[in-house]
Amino acid sequence: MKELKIVVLAKQVPDTRNVGKDAMKADGTVNRAALPAIFNPEDLNALEQALRLKDAFAGSTVHVLTMGPGRAAEIIREAMYRGADGGYLLSDRAFAGSDTLATSYALSRALLNVKYDLIVCGRQAIDGDTAQVGPQVAEKLGLPQVTYAEEIQEIKNGTMRIRRRLERGVEVVECPIPAVVTINGSAAPCRPRNARLVMKYKYAKAAQEAQDASEDYFSLVNERPYLKLTEWSVNDIRCEARELGLSGSPTKVKAIENVVFQAKESRVIPAVDAEMDALMRELITNHTIG
Amino acid sequence: MNSVFVYCEIEDGAVADVSLELLTKGRTLASRLGVKLEAVVLGHGVAGIEKQLFPYGTDVVWVGDDARLAPYTTLPHAKVLVKLFGEERPQVALMGATSVGRDLGPRVSSALHSGLTADCTSLEIGDYTEAKSKQEYKNLLYQIRPAFGGNIVATIVNPDCRPQMATVREGVMRKEVLDPAYRGEVKRLNADEFLDDTDLVVKVIERHVEKSKVNLKGASIIVSGGYGVGSKENFALLHELAAVLGGEIGASRAAVDAGFAEHERQIGQTGTTVRPKLYVACGISGQIQHTAGMEESAIVIAINTDPDAPINKFADYVITGDLNVVIPKMIQYYKKNSK
Repeated sequence: MKELKIVVLAKQVPDTRNVGKDAMKADGTVNRAALPAIFNPEDLNALEQALRLKDAFAGSTVHVLTMGPGRAAEIIREAMYRGADGGYLLSDRAFAGSDTLATSYALSRALLNVKYDLIVCGRQAIDGDTAQVGPQVAEKLGLPQVTYAEEIQEIKNGTMRIRRRLERGVEVVECPIPAVVTINGSAAPCRPRNARLVMKYKYAKAAQEAQDASEDYFSLVNERPYLKLTEWSVNDIRCEARELGLSGSPTKVKAIENVVFQAKESRVIPAVDAEMDALMRELITNHTIG
Repeated sequence: MNSVFVYCEIEDGAVADVSLELLTKGRTLASRLGVKLEAVVLGHGVAGIEKQLFPYGTDVVWVGDDARLAPYTTLPHAKVLVKLFGEERPQVALMGATSVGRDLGPRVSSALHSGLTADCTSLEIGDYTEAKSKQEYKNLLYQIRPAFGGNIVATIVNPDCRPQMATVREGVMRKEVLDPAYRGEVKRLNADEFLDDTDLVVKVIERHVEKSKVNLKGASIIVSGGYGVGSKENFALLHELAAVLGGEIGASRAAVDAGFAEHERQIGQTGTTVRPKLYVACGISGQIQHTAGMEESAIVIAINTDPDAPINKFADYVITGDLNVVIPKMIQYYKKNSK
């Protein structure tokens, strides 16, 4: 197998395990600024699969494509610390409010800017849990897709062999490249940061981040062009404006309700012996247990 | 009027439970809208499958019976659905939120440029007024799902694009026969009119069933742990209680994400929905993401150090305290009283 050009679709997501009450804006969209942002966990699994292929096929490259605000360049750097060669930040207000369909449209249009043999991404992102963007990108690019993948076992004669993890078992499929493969959380975890790569790439910046950078950064970039991360706005991709953002999103948020719990008639049981004794006796007597 | 469609999954010649649950819900929606309920079955050797579908109030069963349609692969099924939906123009199309439905649904929705809402916990019919244009829409599908880690419940609509597509997990909707004698019509799909070689590039080489060791759906007692359990080691205590009571171990998403329990033990919107006789929630705060999957439990015991944990509102018995103290006492007094 010759070398591969691999693109990893990744998303910086709010850490939904640490959600505060300012998480949502009045219009029902996510207030990203109020939340800690992390590399979407399953996208890290996808990155690992890409890096393994890079290890296996000398000369291969791995690039991350992410859509988001300027801050999302953090995950491109994070991927580079772990072995990715670079990345592309797709960032523009025109993308704001995109549902999965508008997102996959924008990503698929950005992918027209690059050459690839294989696209991998996480099965789903933890902020939406939809698992839709991978298959939708595949459809828009006219590529086959393999979802719920756990391991890309080999690539031979332009055909991948992939193990999938399904509800009730395991399936092995063959799929030609190019294709879109979405990686399950049960796949191998991503390798840690490499200290040498952290040193090399820690000053890498996308254009939005470089706006506030010092003179030193620009002289550094002159010497080390890899510190300038590619950033695309809506003008850098071939696309129809009406397919982007809110106007390109068939799904609309009609209502957002904060969760209000209907309380049951609860009995409070003190955690002392006599009470625990009585509770267990009651549960046995009414045939709940035993 | 345009129908409600349900894409049905087949397992070993039988229609999957999730599909029957969706037909039950689809019947309610179709009746509310005054339209037909139609089912789509794509597979091989599925003759007579309509007999399993009619009792749920299915008016039309579309059957594609062809070797190229089984085992399931994405492209052939997507090709058939895209063409069929393009011609029949359903107003609503439902699929299971399974590894099949979540593979197929987005592909079809992308090709049709229709909206798709994943993992809905409720589906209703209602009206919608677009905020800016003030345009009014009648009888849209309300696709209701918890979002954002379960802190909110969002109602999603697709005002302009058809079909309005949604996936629902197994066990979320009720499965109920409408009328055992209900009869509809069978319409055959000829795969030759849909498929060509480019749809067959992905091949299933091997599949084997690895029976999950975990049986949450069948368990009448579930001892479930959350992030508050604190560690994988502390989960051993839960296992002990479950073993004594003859129950199964469940976990919240936070506990699974933290590595305290296996993924297949996850209960909630993105895990399994359970309805046991007894649910013991240990160190679970009770976000809706979780409670959506356990709120129909008959009896709930909540053990939590936080007296104001939201889970307590679902609990019949609230025990405020350290589970390392409480659980050993439960085991001790269960053993004492069961003798």
